[in-house]
Amino acid sequence: MTNNVQLLMGNEAIGQGLIEAGCQVAAAYPGTPSTEILQAMIDRQDQAVEPLHIEWSLNEKIAFEVALAASYTGKRSVAVMKQVGLNVAADPFMRTAYIGTKGGMLTIVADDPGPHSSQNEQDTRLFCLQGRVPVLDPASPAEAKEMIEPAFELSEKYQMNIVVRPTTRICHSRQNVASGSPQPLERRAVFEKNPTRWAATPAFLPAMHRSLNRNLEQIAREPAWQPRLTSGDGSASRTALVASGIVYSYLADLLDELDLTGVFDLFQVLMPYPLSPDFSALMHARYDRVLILEETYPVIELQLAHPGACGKQSGDIPREGELTPDLVYQALARFIDLDDPPEVPAERRGQRPSLCPGCPHRAAFYSIKTCFPRGIFPSDIGCYTLGMNLGAVDTVHCMGACISQGAGFYQAYRQDGEDFPTIVVTIGDSTFFHAGIPALINAVIQQARIIVVILDNATTAMTGGQPVPHMGIAAGGKPTRAVAIEPLVTACGVDFLATCDPYDQPRFERLLRDADTHIRSADGGVAVLIARHGCVMDPVVRKGQSRVKIAILETCTGCGRCTGHFECPALSLRRETKKAIVDVDRCIGCGCCIPVCPVAAIVAQEVS
Amino acid sequence: MKQQIIVSGIGGQGVLFLTRVIAQVAVNRGIPVLTSETHGMAQRGGTVLSTIKVGDFAGPLIRSGQADLGLLLWEANLPVHDTLLRTDGTWVINSAASGKGRRMDAAQVARNLGNTVLLNLVLLGLAVREGVIFCSAEDCEQAIHMLAPEKFIEQNLAAFRAGLKA
Repeated sequence: MTNNVQLLMGNEAIGQGLIEAGCQVAAAYPGTPSTEILQAMIDRQDQAVEPLHIEWSLNEKIAFEVALAASYTGKRSVAVMKQVGLNVAADPFMRTAYIGTKGGMLTIVADDPGPHSSQNEQDTRLFCLQGRVPVLDPASPAEAKEMIEPAFELSEKYQMNIVVRPTTRICHSRQNVASGSPQPLERRAVFEKNPTRWAATPAFLPAMHRSLNRNLEQIAREPAWQPRLTSGDGSASRTALVASGIVYSYLADLLDELDLTGVFDLFQVLMPYPLSPDFSALMHARYDRVLILEETYPVIELQLAHPGACGKQSGDIPREGELTPDLVYQALARFIDLDDPPEVPAERRGQRPSLCPGCPHRAAFYSIKTCFPRGIFPSDIGCYTLGMNLGAVDTVHCMGACISQGAGFYQAYRQDGEDFPTIVVTIGDSTFFHAGIPALINAVIQQARIIVVILDNATTAMTGGQPVPHMGIAAGGKPTRAVAIEPLVTACGVDFLATCDPYDQPRFERLLRDADTHIRSADGGVAVLIARHGCVMDPVVRKGQSRVKIAILETCTGCGRCTGHFECPALSLRRETKKAIVDVDRCIGCGCCIPVCPVAAIVAQEVS
Repeated sequence: MKQQIIVSGIGGQGVLFLTRVIAQVAVNRGIPVLTSETHGMAQRGGTVLSTIKVGDFAGPLIRSGQADLGLLLWEANLPVHDTLLRTDGTWVINSAASGKGRRMDAAQVARNLGNTVLLNLVLLGLAVREGVIFCSAEDCEQAIHMLAPEKFIEQNLAAFRAGLKA
């Protein structure tokens, strides 16, 4: 056992690589599968030999801009986000391609083919093609780490932002990875003013665009980033296999399993954009048939434009979803005429996810649904998306969309007459800070009559509990100024504001009805209700709340209200007895299910 | 030495910790290892699957019909993940009922030790006892020592030993 070899998650390996490369400013907004990269830097900040600023920014655009300006001073910086986070950061990202950077700047964008935990499975490599930004595609956690230092060097050589794109299977895989020591770069912040560059007006941009295109041509020919060839034995001449990212690893394993290693010419593409023109020329000249395996869009295939390509564009490989080892096997078997193309077993659904037992969001959703059975419920990105299991989430789109969508629903209904449905928007605390505030101001000034429930559980729960601005804690647990939600809401022009623990069902429902009265009153507008109760994943919260022992009485009629409408995973219906039972391993004794039972058969046995 | 292992359960059951313990054994023995895990939304009580590939592999996922061993923490996942196992592969299952594979009511054993989440290590103990996993009891105890939070080490070891001696 070597001391510096550790079992690291891909995200930890990347975080370690960033520290070793002397990155001094790191900014991110959490999002699966990227979140642990910044956390890994926080956990390893003691290893850094130079000052290191790490921040959970309010959103990805802000994270990108913070890292960008740090790069202007000559220091190395990184912005980290998930693929849809790049949409939020798109504005500064696109312009940076023209303006460039100074100190090495990386944007690490984690894609989620599948998708496993995202609202789409867009391909950052295609985004980079459109944005004219070089993008690197590692095939394993260890390789992702190894790419960081040379990626910074590439960035500094061309003064360009460079994207590293791991996918979920890189981010959340673990591997034995060797760690090194950070080398001091000894850089002091020096911002050299140059308004024609850093504040370039349209007059300067055509020249910058020209220089960008020139850089891309050179980067595409950089020797270190050329596709890597493992030569075949010549028995399959004029046939090549091309893969990038984690799919390359699946292919390597498969060739090994089939005893085909070293038979075919096999290329690993490290930099899918800009694709090497020498590589393209070689592929066209030397091969008649090329199997192209990549996630998620046909980015290499489109650039290669090979007449003998077998890939997503040609229709030979599924164009949606993760390219699993089973699908790689199927593609290879068809491509090289293996006797028996294996059937890919249909994917079976397991247990669906649901809000945790005791989750305050469940209590809030149940009350919302109870008060407004015919309401419209726009919601947003977070654990609380799972409110759809309770029928209390009708739309989920992208970060912060729910408030604007709620307002849009209102405007469309209002045109048709006086009577409009009660629109109850639910948004988490972190999402509210991320993109909810401009939307709230907009709803107020457009005089939308909607109820906005801010589900405040004091954390960014779904990604594992990153800090939120109103708790006064920054990355790594450092104390900072707290920015409270209430004065923000008031300053947005909201006249009705109330705060309530959703565990207190009677009061919460009374406030919901008051809010409905307000939005329907003569001078009514947006009503905001803050449903405040800490996330029960936090052990401090769990320990701090009273706990009851739940029992089901014989009078249970098996109506299914507690299991279906309330949908607590700690409750289920026993088929034989047609009565509800409590899973003692999962119940946290919050007691929120007690008022849900129409025949009062759920009771608290004893209080501890 | 090559072994492909899957760990199947639901969010909150300690699938990821068990995965890390097994992978740590490989690291400690200087064997290359790759794992994959489920995070995010799927972890909220949904089905969770992790894979562990010990030996000379490049990618972390396991193809259908290629897993040598399956550790099943949540019995209802059996039909979902059964196709991943080789026809001659072994299931080690947390279950009070009888059926295929090596079975044990690990949840009850863990409950008796004070915390149901310990069933993951009870099951690991059973796999070691049955001789179906590449690691020895000493290997596992060393890895548990390295990965468990200080104050839970003894409890975790107790769970592992309960499975080992059951």
